[in-house]
Amino acid sequence: MRAFSYERAASPAAAAKAVAERPGARFIAGGTNLLDLMKLGIETPTHLVDVNRIGLDAIAPTSDGGLRIGALVRNADLAADPRIRRDYGVLARALLAGASGQLRNRATTAGNLLQRTRCPYFYETAMPCNKRRPGSGCAALEGFSRSNAVLGASDACIATHPSDMAVAMRALDARVETVSPDGSSRTVPIADLHRLPGDEPAQETVLQQGELITAVALPPPIQGLHLYRKVRERASYAFATVSLAAVLVRGRDGQVETGRFAFGGLAHKPWRVEAAEREVARGPAAVSDLVLAGARTTSHNAFKPTLARRLLAAAMAEAAKE
Amino acid sequence: MIGRAVSRVDGPLKVTGGARYAYERQDFGRAAVGFILGASVAKGRIVRLDTAAAERAPGVLHVMTHWNAPAQGPRDGSLPDQFGRPWPVLQGERVSWFGQPVALVVAETFEQARSAAALIDAAYETEAGAFDLASHAHLAYAPRTAAVGLATDSVLGDLDAAMASADVTIDQNYTTPAHFAQPMEPQSCLAHWVGDDLHVRPSAQGVAGARMALARTIRIPRERVHVDTAFVGGGFGSKLRVHEEAVFAALAARVIARAVKVAQTRRQVFTITGRRPETIQRVRLAASRDGRLTGVGHDVNMQGTSREEFVEQTATVLRSLYAAPNRLTRHRVTDLDVGLGEAVRGPGELPGLLAVESAMDELAHELGLDPIELRILNEPERDPERNVPFSERRLVECMREGAARFGWSARAARPGSRREGDELIGIGMAAAIRMHFQGATRAAVHMGRDGRVVVRSDMTDIGTGTYTILAQVAADALGVPLARVTVELARSDLPPSPGSGGSWGASNSSNAVHRACESLKEKVFGSSNASGFGRADLTSVVSRRFPDGVEGEGSIVGMADDPNYRNFSQHTYGASFAEVAVNTVTGEVRLRRMLGVFAAGRIINSKTTRSQLLGGMIWGVSSALHEAAHVDPRYGNVVNGDLAEYVVPVHADIPAALEAVLLDGIDDKANPLGMKGVGELGVCGTGAAVANAVFNATGVRVRDFPITMDKLLAALPPAF
Ligand SMILES: Cc1cc2nc3c(=O)[nH]c(=O)nc-3n(C[C@H](O)[C@H](O)[C@H](O)COP(=O)(O)OP(=O)(O)OC[C@H]3O[C@@H](n4cnc5c(N)ncnc54)[C@H](O)[C@@H]3O)c2cc1C
Ligand code: SF4
Repeated sequence: MRAFSYERAASPAAAAKAVAERPGARFIAGGTNLLDLMKLGIETPTHLVDVNRIGLDAIAPTSDGGLRIGALVRNADLAADPRIRRDYGVLARALLAGASGQLRNRATTAGNLLQRTRCPYFYETAMPCNKRRPGSGCAALEGFSRSNAVLGASDACIATHPSDMAVAMRALDARVETVSPDGSSRTVPIADLHRLPGDEPAQETVLQQGELITAVALPPPIQGLHLYRKVRERASYAFATVSLAAVLVRGRDGQVETGRFAFGGLAHKPWRVEAAEREVARGPAAVSDLVLAGARTTSHNAFKPTLARRLLAAAMAEAAKE
Repeated sequence: MIGRAVSRVDGPLKVTGGARYAYERQDFGRAAVGFILGASVAKGRIVRLDTAAAERAPGVLHVMTHWNAPAQGPRDGSLPDQFGRPWPVLQGERVSWFGQPVALVVAETFEQARSAAALIDAAYETEAGAFDLASHAHLAYAPRTAAVGLATDSVLGDLDAAMASADVTIDQNYTTPAHFAQPMEPQSCLAHWVGDDLHVRPSAQGVAGARMALARTIRIPRERVHVDTAFVGGGFGSKLRVHEEAVFAALAARVIARAVKVAQTRRQVFTITGRRPETIQRVRLAASRDGRLTGVGHDVNMQGTSREEFVEQTATVLRSLYAAPNRLTRHRVTDLDVGLGEAVRGPGELPGLLAVESAMDELAHELGLDPIELRILNEPERDPERNVPFSERRLVECMREGAARFGWSARAARPGSRREGDELIGIGMAAAIRMHFQGATRAAVHMGRDGRVVVRSDMTDIGTGTYTILAQVAADALGVPLARVTVELARSDLPPSPGSGGSWGASNSSNAVHRACESLKEKVFGSSNASGFGRADLTSVVSRRFPDGVEGEGSIVGMADDPNYRNFSQHTYGASFAEVAVNTVTGEVRLRRMLGVFAAGRIINSKTTRSQLLGGMIWGVSSALHEAAHVDPRYGNVVNGDLAEYVVPVHADIPAALEAVLLDGIDDKANPLGMKGVGELGVCGTGAAVANAVFNATGVRVRDFPITMDKLLAALPPAF
């Protein structure tokens, strides 16, 4: 960990301004990701702006019947909120499938969205990694890539985004609200928040330096069966090897009529292909073909597309059974 | 008192923070803190090591590199006491493994030392290295011996001929990855000099080894090294010797003339501390149609290093397990440019039984025999290779008792035939065997006029319960309440022992304490009529006749000097049973229930014993389903070197239906108390029981451990 300076921001606008003013500055919320990375010398901010006392910690109804989740709402509180549990089951389940009780008590909504990859070479500072040190190469491409991406990756980086929560939010079409250092605010659909790695894997989101996430807005409740299935190396306390957030509605004939399928563990962002969902009537194989089109695997993660297909088929079968 | 489920006497200290571990101790005022910088390449030469910026950094007191490190005793792999060998650090510009320490930064605080270490500008000239076993396996050589001086090879009859003429044969390769012990308390040490005397507070399984290794490394007389390792947060073999942290603390404390403490970071415990070697194992079994083994063979090739030979006794597990006229077991080693091999709980037995007991299950399946019946059919009457009687052998009893308790008869003989919803259910079993060792140990017991008893030995308590059981042994032998007994351990001024390790600590030290109590009683009552007095008399006689109290000393000899080791084959035994559910959609395997039945002679404390066995069984589950250190074949580093990615079971992986049962018994050939070790018995065979359950559930045999979902997925029925 390198020496850094620290300040506590008093308001969202002040926080945004404080980070924008210094090139090496970063927000810190729960710190469960950023601090670990700092201790390992992977993140080396020169200045931290603590956003824990700027409010933004409430969950409130929106005018269109949805919910607005403050950026600082803790993962544990969000998962326990009765409205979330009742109307957004996929989100509650995804949250509870993540990390551990202690971590969820600390982790925030915005911090969870912006947590960084768990690619093992990103974590070892002695290794080449374009995300950690742009231009140094990607050790995972020819390396131990079990956890790495099979979709939307590039020759520069095959990292995945590790969040469970973000996958459920993607299935729900959440919108991310931000405030910029100049005081302006904007809304970014969650589909557009994370970038694919391309030539610039270090550039993970569309957010600008100093742009602060203030909230995540959920649309009005989406009817149907809410599922979150997380496949992992052990029963708890492990990141998803592959995960599926699904919301499924059954038609009169007992078959799935509409479905939303967002996958974790496959790409640099939650992976959802709306065009594929329009083909649910043709059955799970047809949907999977479209979701997984263009998949590129390594010898270590070649099982991931199979796993994704099987999860999707099982989810549709479960919905038909309900 | 003996056998009772006594709770740990040090439990309250542990849960209130009163038990201080090495790094927390403040015996010498405020210590400076050292941080180790490891090499970022696995093989090559340091060509630049610029420490100027680090030296100028706030709080930095000293930076040590190979330029300025004090002279130290050279490495000497020929010294017989492996754990007392010198362990010199910073011996020049060569880098021999990834993470090898290249510098130590000492500062006022940990944060200052760590941030200054990041300022050291190091550059290396890298050389191509050999990092994976599979592609270098042809370079294997035959070591002089396996660990503990066990024979490298054993040959009886003609295995090849038996294989050629047998009705049924199994000839399979099994692979196991490198493992790390990863105790909760990382390797750490606090050191301080008083004149020419070095006082250390390491985290060590044995006092004698730590003392000798430091004396030889620092080059001072052994008597000038004073060790105290009162509380140790787990060892599992990884603290049988001290590592760089202890040597660094000792060297730096002398340079800056102030106490220094150094701990390995969690990632460093994956580089600086040794590993259980990766193995490729070939198991051959030849049998007649009716299930009698005519030949057994076990060839083990494991990864080693040219720096120090470490040969897990993996191919020994079959030497005493089953009867067969033709036998062949061999250890081979392939040197790689990786971290040293070291003992990790159940060295040899864990990987060896994973392979052998999987193969036995394969044979039972081939023969259409019940796996327990197959094993019973091949039960030997005498040790099959040494041709001596067993001191006590209760394997069949363990299997029968376990089968009855577990409901083994409900097992579906046809694999893949039991389905519940989305899950395939299977049960499996495996046998366990572990050699019983004995090391020369002394202890002293003092009874004061007031009837208070103090037990003293340099034996350690690494979390296993030594403080508790030695108090029980003394209370029992002297007839005093437990609360009257104080146990002092783990200091170099106490009577010597070989410490904790190899599951021998409890029996070594309990027997020495027992004998010390006998000698104390003899002093009090005179040798002839010692047993004629009632227990209550002892304290009253002492209070009347011994104003300064009375002291007894006791000892037990090492196995090489004990005729019973030559005349009998001494082992502990067990049988484990597992039920797993395999998710047909994802291939995820989850344990549903598990039982182990064990025979280990007399049990001193049923509670601490059960804890050891349960912990061991969970470790076995881990070896079957979870644990693997992945070494990058290009860079030689452990890719998943942290506890997020090095996967071991968490609570959710272990069902409540986990039980260890001990057969009541006493092995009167083993030692005066008739007890044997249990610390590692729980890891023996349990992994294979899980693997065999996975086969029973799915019909898929995975021979490349651990059994992860990707290895099952392709063979599972199509999803819908
Ligand atoms: C052992 C372990 C296991 C875990 N397992 C899982 C798991 O299974 N599934 C899972 O999904 N996650 C898991 N996590 C990750 C955990 O969910 C994240 O660490 C956590 O959500 C991050 O939130 P935080 O508030 O602590 O973020 P911080 O660490 O404070 O910040 C993370 C990043 O977000 C930025 N940031 C924070 N707030 C804002 C804001 N308002 N606007 C803009 N930028 C902001 C910070 O600058 C930083 O870059 C695990 C973590 C650990 C340590
Ligand atoms: S996949 Fe991305 S994060 Fe991983 S090593 Fe390559 S560039 Fe770095």
